[in-house]
Amino acid sequence: MTLELFTQYLFAGITYGIIYAIVAIGFNIIYNTTGIINFAQGEFVMLGGMIAISLNGLVPLPVAITIAVILTMLIGGLIEIIFIRWLRSPSVLRLIIITIGLSILIREIALHIWGDTVRALPYFTGNVISSLNILGAHISPQVLWVIGVCSVMVVLLSLFFHFTSLGKEMQACASNRIAATLCGINAKNMVTFSFMLSAAIGALAGCVVSPITSSQYDMGTGLAIKGFTVAVLGGLGNSMAAVVAGILLGILEAFSIAIGFPLAFQDAISISILLVILFIRPNGLFGSAVSAGLKDF
Amino acid sequence: MKSFMKNVLAMLACSGLALTMLAGCSAPDETKKEEVKQAIKVGAILAETGGASFLGGPEARSMRMMVEQINAAGGVNGQPIELIIKDSAASPDKAISFAKQLIEEEQVLAILGPSTSGESMQLKSICEQAETILISCGAAEVIVNPVAKWVFKTPQTDSFAAMHIFAEMNKMGIDKIAVLSGNTGFGKAGRGQLQKIAPDFKITILEDEVYDKKSTDLSAVVAKINANKDVQAVINWSIVPAQAIVAKNMRQAGMTIPLFQSHGFGNVKYIEAAGEAAEGIIFPSGRLLAADILADDNVQKATLVKYIADYESKYAPEQASTFGGHGFDAIMILAKAIENAGSSDKAKVRDAIENLQGFPGTGGVFNFSATDHNGLAMDAFVMMTVKDGKFVLYHQ
Repeated sequence: MTLELFTQYLFAGITYGIIYAIVAIGFNIIYNTTGIINFAQGEFVMLGGMIAISLNGLVPLPVAITIAVILTMLIGGLIEIIFIRWLRSPSVLRLIIITIGLSILIREIALHIWGDTVRALPYFTGNVISSLNILGAHISPQVLWVIGVCSVMVVLLSLFFHFTSLGKEMQACASNRIAATLCGINAKNMVTFSFMLSAAIGALAGCVVSPITSSQYDMGTGLAIKGFTVAVLGGLGNSMAAVVAGILLGILEAFSIAIGFPLAFQDAISISILLVILFIRPNGLFGSAVSAGLKDF
Repeated sequence: MKSFMKNVLAMLACSGLALTMLAGCSAPDETKKEEVKQAIKVGAILAETGGASFLGGPEARSMRMMVEQINAAGGVNGQPIELIIKDSAASPDKAISFAKQLIEEEQVLAILGPSTSGESMQLKSICEQAETILISCGAAEVIVNPVAKWVFKTPQTDSFAAMHIFAEMNKMGIDKIAVLSGNTGFGKAGRGQLQKIAPDFKITILEDEVYDKKSTDLSAVVAKINANKDVQAVINWSIVPAQAIVAKNMRQAGMTIPLFQSHGFGNVKYIEAAGEAAEGIIFPSGRLLAADILADDNVQKATLVKYIADYESKYAPEQASTFGGHGFDAIMILAKAIENAGSSDKAKVRDAIENLQGFPGTGGVFNFSATDHNGLAMDAFVMMTVKDGKFVLYHQ
């Protein structure tokens, strides 16, 4: 394999991978504060993209994206307040089923609002046919946008959890909810906030990726499955591990084509990995049974 | 409570049985008496939503429009048509259950659709067993080859499309190509045809890649094709959104070799989706996209111009597409056959379709026979390309 081809596959893999990682981080944030998997996470990505596309004609692109992220964030918060907050000590299974129901609900509402047309945001720089030459590989500038925006997002999140008081409060709730409540932290608000945060990062990811992958009302399901695989692969609850796992899965998918594996079976790869991990290392590649007990963002 | 429910269920089951037995006994007499005033029930199973909605949507809208027009003009043989459209969302499972419902409960004369080849293949045997006419809007040749007595289809056959593409390549001096296809019924059938026919045109398929119908990025596959410097052209055989994505990814990878698409490309939405990357794509298509530049003595011209004008005024701003045309052809062929048969008897209408000759539709001029349940010849296609964001004839 030539260097040129290698770089080409590598960039394709990193692009897929970092999107999976962002969805996985969304899973992790909610998992850490509530112990549940929010299967509507993929729908946040869809909503972000779709809202931005609708607004794009009316306001400049950066404004459209900002409004889309804020709106999705509010929707995320609202969902938590309406469907989850008032439940008294609900079982994990019940909560998970609520999120599955929500994902179907959001998808159907999106179908009614936007129809099933495939839409896309315009390319942030250049247009559909512009390409950059990096180490002999041809890359769309949008790929750099995706990688750049998502990397910045990951760094900011990490700073947020470790250096701001709100972030620390969320961490406190994650590691011991009762103790956090005793210290005067409003745990319920932290849960609402975790939904808003993961909705916002999902929405932003949905916007940057839209020019490449297009947006459609039902794009969330596939992303949720990939994101879940990555979250499990990295170890549920561990966001930095999710980034590594995401890029690993993306690169695996891209290079599977190089060795002649049909692209049509790409999803089979991630599902097989999910199964293998669940059987062999249920705590993820980077997790251990001990650290699984200690939740960290 | 439980035993009460059980009783109710049992009663329901018994009465249901009794009813079906009664219906079985009395049906023949009743239909004869009421035939004159009764509406003719026609079912349609179309993918109005879901991944194939770009097919099913225009098909359903065209059928609704034509049924309105037919009924406003007094129906067929004085009987109005009652069209029952079911949305399968391109799911074969749903298509099967809707087909059973239409056949058993609604007792329809015919089922129009489904929109996709995969669904059509599922319904082929069901309609054959139930002796119900199926006029499919799926493109794959396998739907009517081998011929099934009750199964017809309106879109042009994929083998003709493949031949047109290969003939064009011969003219351009291209003999080494890459084939991309989606893993849908349409993609699989097309890939099979391409592989089968390529040797006849002395064309070698160097790369053969299949991708998932939900793929959102194909840059890795495109990179693989780009790495093979012997490839002189790419054929992509799939349905949206992959058609636009292939074009985008090829241009982003800096590839300049010609991209051929299947006849599934004939919707202006794909040009919009691919933007500038759509320029120069070559594909076979029915004459619908070239209606305004057809010679006035072309037998299809009147049909095409009227259909496009009607559709675009009713459903503006949507533009008429070849897919809506397949739906139009299906309902019009059925209406014509009912008229020719002079009755809405299943067997007579079926025979009338099989005997239909020289019927100008949007997809071409239909000449059905006992061995040809598609009725279109190779000249139903013309080669088109994209220029300045519009469809134009490739040879002008």
